[in-house]
Amino acid sequence: MTSQNLTVEPRQRRPLRIAEVFLLVLALGGGIGGFAMVGLSIRGELPDQFWFRSMLLAVTALVAHVVLRLRAPWADQVILPAVVLLNGIGLSMIWRLEISDATGMAPADAAGNMQATLLGAIVAFALLWVLKDHRWLRRYTYTAMVVGLLLIALPLIPGVGQEINGARIWINVGGFSLQPAEFAKIAFAVFFAGYLVTNRDTLALAGPKVFGLQLPRLRDLGPILLVWAASLAVLVLQRDLGTSLLFFGLFVAMLYQATARSSWIVLGLTLFGAGALTAARLFPHVGARIDVWLHPFDASQYERDPGGSYQLVQGQFSMANGGLFGTGWGEGRPFQIPYAFSDFIYAALGEELGLTGLTAIVLLYLLVVQRGLKSALSVRDGFGKLLAGGLAFAMALQVFVVIGGITRIIPLTGLTLPFMAQGGSSLLANWIVIALLLRISDSARRPSDLPVRGQVSAGAPAAEPEPILVGSSGSDGGTPADVTPPAGSNLPRRRVTDRDPHGTPGDSAPTEHIGTDVPPEHRGGERS
Amino acid sequence: MSELTFTLLRLGYLVLLWVFVLSAVAVLRRDLALRSPRSRKRADDGGAPAAAPAAVASSPAPARSSGPQRLVVTAGPLSGTTLPLSTSSILLGRAPSCTLVLDDDYSSSRHARIFPQGDQWYVEDLGSTNGTFIGDQQVTSPIPLAPGVGVQIGRSVVELQG
Repeated sequence: MTSQNLTVEPRQRRPLRIAEVFLLVLALGGGIGGFAMVGLSIRGELPDQFWFRSMLLAVTALVAHVVLRLRAPWADQVILPAVVLLNGIGLSMIWRLEISDATGMAPADAAGNMQATLLGAIVAFALLWVLKDHRWLRRYTYTAMVVGLLLIALPLIPGVGQEINGARIWINVGGFSLQPAEFAKIAFAVFFAGYLVTNRDTLALAGPKVFGLQLPRLRDLGPILLVWAASLAVLVLQRDLGTSLLFFGLFVAMLYQATARSSWIVLGLTLFGAGALTAARLFPHVGARIDVWLHPFDASQYERDPGGSYQLVQGQFSMANGGLFGTGWGEGRPFQIPYAFSDFIYAALGEELGLTGLTAIVLLYLLVVQRGLKSALSVRDGFGKLLAGGLAFAMALQVFVVIGGITRIIPLTGLTLPFMAQGGSSLLANWIVIALLLRISDSARRPSDLPVRGQVSAGAPAAEPEPILVGSSGSDGGTPADVTPPAGSNLPRRRVTDRDPHGTPGDSAPTEHIGTDVPPEHRGGERS
Repeated sequence: MSELTFTLLRLGYLVLLWVFVLSAVAVLRRDLALRSPRSRKRADDGGAPAAAPAAVASSPAPARSSGPQRLVVTAGPLSGTTLPLSTSSILLGRAPSCTLVLDDDYSSSRHARIFPQGDQWYVEDLGSTNGTFIGDQQVTSPIPLAPGVGVQIGRSVVELQG
């Protein structure tokens, strides 16, 4: 204590992100290896422009890594490699389907998807470069709501919207088809996070209790009813079951995160169930999906041309053909599945990589989602918690809805598998989601005494703001009656409350797990 | 390409996928292992305000060989949290901008600060509602703080440790 080094120096080195480099090399090996094997298997040689395209992917990953090092050095190291691997596998499969020259595979466009990947990565990492703090987004809470509603309404406008395969979810901008719902997902996540972080107390506390369920007050129900109506409108007007499920699920999940009231889940599931049942009765295309789900192998379902089970059954055959270890890149017949490059890419991968490969892919998604949820737990501000949790949940739900539809766990709906399915909007939107998750995880893991948040700046104690006088400075000694320490005065009291980690937070507000930094339940949960 | 080569490549590819997955899991495991309960420091990354990846937190400025090395919360909701000391002052309170954000209903938003001057650390009350105490003595002006002496802020007790 006698000789202190008073030199001002950053106490903590930035992480070198070695793990990320290592994982990125593996991920690029996976993406490029798949690409090479497709060429070798189908054409007996490496694909055209193999080195150029491979380098393009590698350079993208490298640039992303450098941007992370410079602008978000503490961000999670697993997210980027996992996404690069998923994206690489998806591109390889799309290219594999493209060069199969099967009749239904004409729209498969690996080069276009590669461009979309590059664009997505550039936009995402530009965003990461510009957006220094995710809390900046909170200012645009209601703007985000308006933007989200506009985006989902756009396809309904005549002239702008396009109807493809019976779903009116595309818009046509300068020759490109966009699926605005993918971007609306992000806008809604921002809106819900901003809205809920402000209103979670009223939603959690006020209202009657029925059968042990804490119900919200009717007037607090306004926003959830609005979103429920909007998601039903998507279902009815745009005939898009998947997007409707995604929006509604996102909102219910974020409500639950914000309030920790299971009544919201019960309420949400009931509302969605009622909506879906009604829709199945009223609209033939929704009912048909359920028939296809339940009886795909019936001849009547299989042969019905629009909306029959042909695609689903082909997907099942494909995965069955793949078996445990798959046929290998380029050796199966996944091109027999309609839309194998977009909606059914999971089944196509199942044929060529087998159950082993599919499990690895699902685990990759799980890793990304887990890192997102972990960031949500760790980050200090409520907005960041909700946003990261919402985005991670949306990705999990999307993966579940797609894979569940293909494997017949739930009825088939029209969502895209993030990073794999062909589609520029989906790629772009999901890369932006990844940028936001990385930004939040950087903020969650950053040591807080670096001069990045708040006014406390390292190495500048002189710049300490003037003390704010809150009430009397109370030298009467009577104020802290309940906290009066024992008369041991100067003795260290290190072990005093080791025994009551669960006792003290008892008096806190029920919603405090959002703003709290170490919620009691989190201590155990982290390691489980 | 012979059948055998292709089979090897095919299985090799699956192995590569799984090597990636398992390496990623290993990275996550290392993340957790570094803050295992052994050391009783589950202070970082798990969301404690002083969140610092443990890999880095465990290497504080090597230059300082004597004097307190860290600030430890020994009582209160955040009990167990440690904060490596640097040469800058530490602001304690409930405001999110504080260095150590106390989740403590009895502390003020900007409650106290602990700062180094010369070769000594001092504690100063920033006009908090409930006061800052060392033992049963209220801190009214900046006073020197020796390692191992508990400072009571609301329900929390923090101390410097060597």
